[in-house]
Amino acid sequence: MRKNFRILCLVSLMALVLVGCGSKAQQKREITVVGSTALQPMVEMAAEEYQKDNHDVSITVQGGGSGTGLSQVQAGAVSIGNSDIFADQQPGIKGKDLVDHKVCVMGLAPVTNKEAGITKLTMEQLRGIFSGKYTNWKQVGGKNLAIVLINRAQGSGTRAAFESAVMGNEKMAKAQEQESNGTVSKMVAHTPGAISYLSFSYISKDVLGIAIDGVKPTAGNVQTGEWKIWSYEHMYTYGKPNEQTKKLLGYMKSDYVQKNLVKALGYVSISEMKVKKDSNGKVVPVKEGERNGSD
Amino acid sequence: MNPKKTNTLALLMIRIIAVIVVVILAFLIGRILIQGLPHISWKFLTTSSKAFTSGGGIGIQLFNSFYLLILTLIISFPISLGAGIFLAEYAPKNALTNVIRMAIEILSSLPSVVVGLFGFLLFVVQFKLGFSILSGAIALTFFNLPLLTRNIEDSLNSVPKLQREAGLALGLSKWHTVIKVILPEAIPGIVTGIVLCAGRIFGEAAALIYTAGQSATSVDFTKWNPFDASSPLNLFRPAETLAVHIWKINSEGIMPDAEQISAGSSAVLIIAVLIFNLSARFLGQKLYQHLTAAKQG
Amino acid sequence: MDPIRDKILKRSKESNQDVIGKILSYAAIILILAVVVSIFAFVFAKGIATFTENHASLKDFLTGTDWNPNVKGEDGKPLVGALPMIVGSFAVTLLAALFATPFAIGTALYMTELSSSKGRAFMQSVVELLVGIPSVVYGFIGLTVVVPFVRSHFGGSGYGILSGAFVLFVMVLPTITSMTVDSLKAVPKHYKSASLALGATEWQTIWRVILRAALPGIMTAVVFGMARAFGEALAVQMVIGNASLLPTSLTNPASTLTSVLTMGIGNTVMGTVANNALWSLALVLLLMSLFFNILVRMISRKGRM
Repeated sequence: MRKNFRILCLVSLMALVLVGCGSKAQQKREITVVGSTALQPMVEMAAEEYQKDNHDVSITVQGGGSGTGLSQVQAGAVSIGNSDIFADQQPGIKGKDLVDHKVCVMGLAPVTNKEAGITKLTMEQLRGIFSGKYTNWKQVGGKNLAIVLINRAQGSGTRAAFESAVMGNEKMAKAQEQESNGTVSKMVAHTPGAISYLSFSYISKDVLGIAIDGVKPTAGNVQTGEWKIWSYEHMYTYGKPNEQTKKLLGYMKSDYVQKNLVKALGYVSISEMKVKKDSNGKVVPVKEGERNGSD
Repeated sequence: MNPKKTNTLALLMIRIIAVIVVVILAFLIGRILIQGLPHISWKFLTTSSKAFTSGGGIGIQLFNSFYLLILTLIISFPISLGAGIFLAEYAPKNALTNVIRMAIEILSSLPSVVVGLFGFLLFVVQFKLGFSILSGAIALTFFNLPLLTRNIEDSLNSVPKLQREAGLALGLSKWHTVIKVILPEAIPGIVTGIVLCAGRIFGEAAALIYTAGQSATSVDFTKWNPFDASSPLNLFRPAETLAVHIWKINSEGIMPDAEQISAGSSAVLIIAVLIFNLSARFLGQKLYQHLTAAKQG
Repeated sequence: MDPIRDKILKRSKESNQDVIGKILSYAAIILILAVVVSIFAFVFAKGIATFTENHASLKDFLTGTDWNPNVKGEDGKPLVGALPMIVGSFAVTLLAALFATPFAIGTALYMTELSSSKGRAFMQSVVELLVGIPSVVYGFIGLTVVVPFVRSHFGGSGYGILSGAFVLFVMVLPTITSMTVDSLKAVPKHYKSASLALGATEWQTIWRVILRAALPGIMTAVVFGMARAFGEALAVQMVIGNASLLPTSLTNPASTLTSVLTMGIGNTVMGTVANNALWSLALVLLLMSLFFNILVRMISRKGRM
């Protein structure tokens, strides 16, 4: 019993000491980035490279979803909140307090299971499929196979981008929902007749990217604005960023990151976009000399 | 049907059920191992992971899983031991005790994501522990407490009353009897409880995503001072565990070898659980023999 | 002073120890209760906000089938019909428990009554290994094995309550089994000896004596198993389909409270209707397990009489 008691005391003492020392142990400047899981790998990678040259900062990158990112940056709990959607599109976020830093563009493509026998659709057909008007692939030129809709979770940034670019005023049919790109791509690959939409980097030989109105889902077509379904990846700060954070954001937009990391991850570089979108989904060409993404 | 036939038939049924369960398990474990083992190499086990190029390892995640397990057990074991002793030995048989029992059982039914978010709002944000291995360990403690408490209570209860009476008759205090006589006798049962909890800790992902975080910061395995920021023992660093890593690369991983890493990690996880279970059982047996003078066998 | 008198009057070392022991164990139980109460209070406060702050109607929540909290319905109240999820959760949990309980009891009986000690040790480590497989891995095995199986044998797209129940069956099996083993072991040995001595066959002893005596423990094991099934999210989410439709058959896509909760929570902002509505789901989850708990307690009390 005495031994137990001693161990108990020791543990609680240790805990106390550690909590006490916790604050002292952090001499480095900390930057915490939280939010969108889609953006996480890129920021993680960039942060790792960045820390190699900047030993005085320690950067923590976490996922958690766009909603978490925005609400935590608004609450001042983190330095940067990553989001797939504009802050003023997210209910509960006061967009004007947050400063938007667009770091890249994510292209989205409808994808189908191989057995559907489809490689291209018109925008009208795509809309019809997701609103529930078409329920069999033969109605849109494919095989005689029931369409299995797989949607993204309510409130997800990917779904919001797809909805605003494709659905117009029509409502999406109630269907299966999934949260992440990885799970959706596995489901589409394994379910005959399945259709969903994915970010470009997940298109593979098992999940076919579908051409819309004759336009193929490629980075080049996103840049020219011919491919309509895309969204920005945002990094939000609360008010003006501090010195360290600003440097990191600058690094994210630097040529090195934009030319290497962004491309390697299947995103579209923000500096090469020839069109821009506002939070209402309106697309206009970028004027000569105007730099995209810098607000 | 006469009782003899019923007997044979029923016992046969039990055996068949046991065989079916073993077959299911063998299928699951076999599948995971067959898919995963070819990808395991020393390099895979020791190098750190890569965000989107192939060839990443799981060294830090593996260490994190074990470290988190030990931390969680250090926090939760003394508490559940006390609570288990209370329920088995001291608790009066009344409505209040029933309410306590019920509360503990319901705690175990909370979905992990709720516990994770509770931990996130309370420890990560409110107490400013950040995304850290400590926040993760506390969140996991919440899970563990009900299961471990109940298990300890059961193991204590399964020790025959005679032993208690013998202890008391020797003039020992009740507490002394529990600690020196009953508890050692109950060690095998308690070890089972710890092993089951360990399995859950190894496998848990949803609660850790929001507390221990999902990034594995690089650590320096030559620094063992827990206060050093890059020390593997630092309690305040974010720590992605193996299960979280599997979840992450399955949901958003875009490295070309994501599937192989996921399969390899699952196999490593199973092997790690196996090693932990066997060694826990071995140590428990040794301790049991040491404390109770029980013979091997 | 007489030293003996002194010794008798003073509290002995032993009784002092008893006091310390009592304090320690009371402290532990109070700590656990504090944790339980704080989580309950937290979930309760958050879950109730949907109705107090966002003025959703409780009736819609429990009987409505439209789940879209960000959109307001015709009556100006947010659309928070949670019935499909509630039904879905109930269905998968009950079905999984129904599948798993006979298997768990059978396995546990085999381990405690029939097998050699080696066989038991083997079974035990196999069962323990199962607990350690992460739910994500279960989910993917479900996606690649169970879903196609259900699709080809039961029809539909394969996603649905049946697939969810199959996956959960394997996941709750170790919990129920190992806890049933514990309660079977807690049955005093002399019960068995007495029964066998009276000339009862092994099965009669198991059925009439051992299982009867262990019933409350087995019930608790089932509750724990169902609790795990209720709370499980990552694996079920991958095979159930997550469509907020009222399930019409076991093979149609459905959703559970946890699957909707897990998917949505990262995408909503603290304090908004959508977020509060998700916490209401967590609250329902809590109340449902409370209900189950009480129910099983009543059953097991009856069984004992």
